[in-house]
Amino acid sequence: MQTSAEIATESIQYKSEVKDLSFYYNTFNALKNINMVLHDKKITALIGPSGCGKSTFLRCFNRMHDLYPGNRYEGEIMLYPDDVNILAQNVDPIEVRMRISMVFQKPNPFPKSIYENVAYGLRVRGVKQRAILDEKIETALRNSALWDEVKDRLHELAFNLSGGQQQRLCIARALATEPEIMLFDEPTSALDPIATASIEELIADLKSKVTILIVTHNMQQAARVSDYTAYMYLGELIEFDMTDTIFIKPKNKQTEDYITGRFG
Amino acid sequence: MAVKSHNKVNHPGRLGYSFKRHLHERFIELLLFMSALLSVAIMIAIIAMLVKESYVFFQHVSLWDFLTDTQWTPLFDDAHYGIMPLVAGTLVSSMVALMVALPLGTIIAIYLSEFAPFSVREIAKPFLELLGGVPTVVYGYFALLFVTPLLQIIFPELPGFSLLSAGLVMGIMIIPYVSSMTEDAMRAVPMHLREGSYAMGATRFQTAIRVVMPAAFSGIAAAYILGISRAIGETMVVAIAAGMQPNLTWNPMEPAATITAYIVQVSLGDLPHGSIGYQTIFAAGLTLLLMTLVFNIFGHMLRKRYREIY
Ligand SMILES: Nc1ncnc2c1ncn2[C@@H]1O[C@H](COP(=O)(O)OP(=O)(O)OP(=O)(O)O)[C@@H](O)[C@H]1O
Ligand SMILES: [Mg+2]
Repeated sequence: MQTSAEIATESIQYKSEVKDLSFYYNTFNALKNINMVLHDKKITALIGPSGCGKSTFLRCFNRMHDLYPGNRYEGEIMLYPDDVNILAQNVDPIEVRMRISMVFQKPNPFPKSIYENVAYGLRVRGVKQRAILDEKIETALRNSALWDEVKDRLHELAFNLSGGQQQRLCIARALATEPEIMLFDEPTSALDPIATASIEELIADLKSKVTILIVTHNMQQAARVSDYTAYMYLGELIEFDMTDTIFIKPKNKQTEDYITGRFG
Repeated sequence: MAVKSHNKVNHPGRLGYSFKRHLHERFIELLLFMSALLSVAIMIAIIAMLVKESYVFFQHVSLWDFLTDTQWTPLFDDAHYGIMPLVAGTLVSSMVALMVALPLGTIIAIYLSEFAPFSVREIAKPFLELLGGVPTVVYGYFALLFVTPLLQIIFPELPGFSLLSAGLVMGIMIIPYVSSMTEDAMRAVPMHLREGSYAMGATRFQTAIRVVMPAAFSGIAAAYILGISRAIGETMVVAIAAGMQPNLTWNPMEPAATITAYIVQVSLGDLPHGSIGYQTIFAAGLTLLLMTLVFNIFGHMLRKRYREIY
């Protein structure tokens, strides 16, 4: 976590900018006119009570909602430095997902070997040369702090790993393609405290390489890992600021109530 | 005191042992067990009958001749009892059928499970089920009177009866079984696995082939095995469209009899019960059963090795 002073002295650089974003599940308005930014190579946490739209918001960034009929976006999510709106009709969601990867709440390794799980994104992009695959897979596994544990069993089924290892494998899988933004949807909620700590440490380390947006239910986690925090309630963005501001001096009464636990 | 008795009246045995409920449970359990037992008993009875009758047959014909003789002419004066021509006919027609049913059934399943919009699936599924409900005798004449002449346009030398024509139509007949079971297996794969693949930038097709199908492997294997069993055991289509002449050939362009076709032929004929000619159908039937069993065991082993893992 960075202090406000440190952040203030840096030149402000946005990786992404959300402009007037609304989202509809058929007729249900799940996100209402959200405006926010993702700072480049920083960690932004999304907090808020269950059902407030955190996952819905996160899944706009990789156009996951396009998979299901009846979903509709309004507004823009600009991606920089390209300066393109990734929600635009003429932008291919597959192109978006190639640059913005995601780690899910429940570890979801594919029914393949550890090696092939990490290789998946590269293979999907048509990478075939063994040398390149080997190298990128090793790098991704090292960056997800899994290499030492699995280097002798790369060709075993991924299901043999523990829950925490599976989640780190999913992070390695998402890292292997060198994404610009990584989305995490409550990545530790299915894990024990030790596995959680190692994932948190990992996410903090990843910051030097990639911009991160993470949903969490755990207030301490948000405070520990993030640089910026957004508080959402009933589909609206109530407050967005530097994490220490949000946690120490929130401007909004609702935010304060939620953070101090006076909320439901 | 009053409260106590009140409780007793309204909630008999709330935490205690309910004899009535227990009896009811036991009765249902027994009923379920009996129906399971019944199907096993029928299976055993069938095998016992086939083995017993085949035993009589093998007192007249040596197992060696049965397996190695290249002719099957039990009804002729110069009787030969080699099962191979019938086995070959069965295998060739099944192979042709499976070459149609497995790929097409799989493609249809992939389309319906991963690509088709809801409305298309709602229309296509009953249609496929209808295809599976057509009586096999109709398929038989469809092969003989429609597909064979059509094939003769492409292959003028194709005879009026052929394993090819029978096998193709049999394949069409089996498609719905393969596709619906494969589709069920694929749809049972949890959405979060698919989302994992899409989130990596995979297309629908890549997701279907690289993630959904491996995850559904065990169910797909079951579908294929059912397809194989149906092909081997199918009777009407081959009896009508492949000719009834036992013929040791691996060429689908020739007419030949299958084990099943031979069995109906004899069953419908006027051979006296107990004659050696009549007894042949049991040996043939036992062979058929063993063939199906081998495929089933093989499939079972395969499924156990790659069980469903999400
Ligand atoms: N597929 C869907 N169709 C219709 N409504 C949905 C769908 N998914 C979510 N919703 C609704 O949208 C709102 C936001 O849901 P979302 O899953 O984004 O909440 P969340 O903040 O991630 O909650 P949690 O912390 O419990 O994960 C909820 O009211 C939810 O009921
Ligand atoms: Mg959620």
